[in-house]
Amino acid sequence: MNSPATIPAATCRDAPILKERGQREVFCGLTGIIWLHRKMQDAFFLVVGSRTCAHLLQSAAGVMIFAEPRFGTAILEETDLAGLADANDELDREVGRLLSRRPDIKQLFLVGSCPSEVIKLDLARAAERLTQLHAPHVRVLNYSGSGIETTFTQGEDACLASMVPILPATTARELLLVGALPDVVEDQAVALLTKMGIGPIRVLPAPRSAEAPGVGPNTVFACLQPFLGDTAAALERRGARMISAPFPFGEEGTTLWLRAIADEFGVDDATFEAATAAPRARARTAIANASEHLRGKSVFFMPDSQLEIPLARFLTRECGMAAIEIGQPYIHKGLVGPDLDLIPAGPTISEGQDVDKQLDRVRAARPDLTVCGLGLANPLEAEGLTTKWAIELVFTPVHFYDQAGDLAGLFSRPIRRRALLKLEERA
Amino acid sequence: MKLTVWTYEGPPHVGAMRVATAMKGLHYVLHAPQGDTYADLLFTMIERRGHRPPVSYTTFEGRDLGEDTAGLFKRTCQDAYDRFQPQALIVGASCTAELIQDDPGGLAETMDIPVPVIALELPSYQRKENFGTDETFYQLVKALAGPVEKTPHITANLIGPLALGFRHRDDIEEIKGLLYDMGIGINVVAPFDATPADLTRLGAAHVNILMYPEHAETAARHMERVLGIPYTKTVPIGVGATHDFVTEVAQICGVEPKKDLSRLRQPWWSKSVDSTYLTGKRVFLFGDATHVITAARIARDEMGFEVVGLGCYNREFARPVRALAKAFGLEALISDDYLEVEKAIEDAAPEMILGTQMERHIGKRLGIPCAVISAPVHVQDFPARYSPQMGWEGANVIFDTWIHPLVMGLEEHLLAMFREDFEFHDDAGASHHGGHAQPRTAAAGGLTRRHLGPNQWRHRGRPPRIFLKQRSKRASRRTRAAMSWSGWPMPRKS
Repeated sequence: MNSPATIPAATCRDAPILKERGQREVFCGLTGIIWLHRKMQDAFFLVVGSRTCAHLLQSAAGVMIFAEPRFGTAILEETDLAGLADANDELDREVGRLLSRRPDIKQLFLVGSCPSEVIKLDLARAAERLTQLHAPHVRVLNYSGSGIETTFTQGEDACLASMVPILPATTARELLLVGALPDVVEDQAVALLTKMGIGPIRVLPAPRSAEAPGVGPNTVFACLQPFLGDTAAALERRGARMISAPFPFGEEGTTLWLRAIADEFGVDDATFEAATAAPRARARTAIANASEHLRGKSVFFMPDSQLEIPLARFLTRECGMAAIEIGQPYIHKGLVGPDLDLIPAGPTISEGQDVDKQLDRVRAARPDLTVCGLGLANPLEAEGLTTKWAIELVFTPVHFYDQAGDLAGLFSRPIRRRALLKLEERA
Repeated sequence: MKLTVWTYEGPPHVGAMRVATAMKGLHYVLHAPQGDTYADLLFTMIERRGHRPPVSYTTFEGRDLGEDTAGLFKRTCQDAYDRFQPQALIVGASCTAELIQDDPGGLAETMDIPVPVIALELPSYQRKENFGTDETFYQLVKALAGPVEKTPHITANLIGPLALGFRHRDDIEEIKGLLYDMGIGINVVAPFDATPADLTRLGAAHVNILMYPEHAETAARHMERVLGIPYTKTVPIGVGATHDFVTEVAQICGVEPKKDLSRLRQPWWSKSVDSTYLTGKRVFLFGDATHVITAARIARDEMGFEVVGLGCYNREFARPVRALAKAFGLEALISDDYLEVEKAIEDAAPEMILGTQMERHIGKRLGIPCAVISAPVHVQDFPARYSPQMGWEGANVIFDTWIHPLVMGLEEHLLAMFREDFEFHDDAGASHHGGHAQPRTAAAGGLTRRHLGPNQWRHRGRPPRIFLKQRSKRASRRTRAAMSWSGWPMPRKS
């Protein structure tokens, strides 16, 4: 079922990339704060930005779902820009107030935004200054989530990369899993690896700053998400080594990801089989059931979360779909190369976006399913196209065996709904 | 610098988007970095619009900053004109573009765009969303509406309704009905569904119905001054206000104040016996000034509530809201600081909140029922059914909406009567939710309704899902099924 119709050797790794520049319909990196602050339980994310930043966070989070969330925006005002007030003094004052009200905070991230970067507010120096001021109770770090530097999930990469230089040094032989996943999923990954006798296993980001993992020349790490390029580079600078593999989506992706780690740790086939056989079988059955409505259907990915290439690999190889275009905000072959290797040549691989031109291609191709952001989904539905909101893939547990069926289900639900609804007037 | 957790209003360019998106045949070229496109989803998701907002973003990146962002703006402008062929363009900058000072208006002027190009100056670091709506509409009217011959019969413009407004869609229909009853026709409704060409005909009307002062007062004043069109000062939300509105319009237009009250049920619903339980309920009002001012009168005069606190977040209307509060023997809360509003509500300890979606969350947390009366809005505030706030039907709708979160009159007595009943006690789940009562034993402790206070029973035993620690081996299927734009559950551990 999966045999490519074209020359078997040709894969998407060598396919030419359609690079586009124009209007991009994606979030900026600030959005990552929404899941990062749930994962890091003693961290506060202080965006230094404008009312637009605050409005984005509020809108991207749906509505306000937390009483007093561990994120906020220090909104720059006219006086900060006109030099009447020293923005650094203002920032120190706001941080002082915040930390006195929230003694539970152990890590504070100063998050740069478009306006703070344009006015060249030096948040790195501010973080150093504030760390000294509030040590040892609070560590202050900084990263940029600005739209002129980062797109959507890249914010998580920038955040994790900012933590790497201060991770304690270690010479221990440890496995480090990198990426902020829901705890239920993270637990599954750790359980599977532990069953093979792999350990100790550490995770970045740790739920609390006191539990931060060590890093050193004997650390090997595996990324859980395909958008952690800067973090991977920072870890490599600390001497750690990356285990490269397809990402753990679907049965095949999960198996290959686990296999790469197992090989690194010298796990024999029998042990690997014993640990994975049962969940693999469950995942296969679940995918088979959930992908019934996906087989033979076409899919078009608009660039959004950076998960597009690994998910396209899952949909084409495990769910029987045909990809028309796979768009990603940017393509880092060092990370998604192994996934590209598995996708037979055929689909257009595009990087960046010119949204109006891309929508012209969607309308011409009329795919059975278009994976896109929230700004485009209803307009495309209104044109009679079936869509899947990309953001749900970021906010929902979709990694590893036990979620593989659900992952297929996320894509099949819109198609099933289309078949179920009888809303037109019948002749 | 001011620390903000949640905001009542977005930046002013979002206000401009609300005007542009409400209209047809208008396009907005916004000089803005990647990420500002998030605002599209307010319209496509919250309002469920089946089209993209007519906005082209220049999407500049870090590497463009040292280069030619002005050239990028001009290219975007030209592409937008060529692709969308609008009747008019508005151009402006978001907060970041304001800092790089490319002057979109000046740049667009140097181009050869054969339709009116209207430049917007929206100071992002001083003003907010409602300034953006009002200023954008004013600039459009100033640029496009000139003197034209009046319509032979008496007609009105309805001004102010726009995209993402609280029930604007249905208020328009209600006002049309009120005017129809007086024999007054409609000249133009704007910005809602209007084209730039429609705006050129604004001057033909005999009166402007200023539906939402926060979105169109500057334009109304302008048209009064330049085109000699008087505008209405009464916002017809509530029975009394609607009567006053009809009187005001009749006077301005010199017609009979004819009314069709055949479908107005609110007064009898308020007077009927069951509504005795509403009498003296202590309510706190917060929202935009228009809705708070009108709601205060309804609450006191048409429901028999006691208003224990009121305020608004749009500072532009602080003066009338302060005056109103004084008339109620209160001090107005003029603030856009969500935590300050929460504190004020907590201190006032009302039995009900009439507020925005933000206050609905405050209410959830404090265990106080809340009905929504104003923007900022939420997907729930765009019901499929007809649900105006203005006019006679609006009065009916408001009665139903406000009493919905409360315990009904007779129900309240029954609840008190059966509070300690062995089968219907407070810890028993609601039968229609499949709850099965465990006969209460002496050892079974837990909170009873008495501990919780009179209005907290609705939330008893069922805290909002997001506050529950979720840690199952598999993420719950139901959680995902319930996922919606109204605030998705966070599968990640809280």
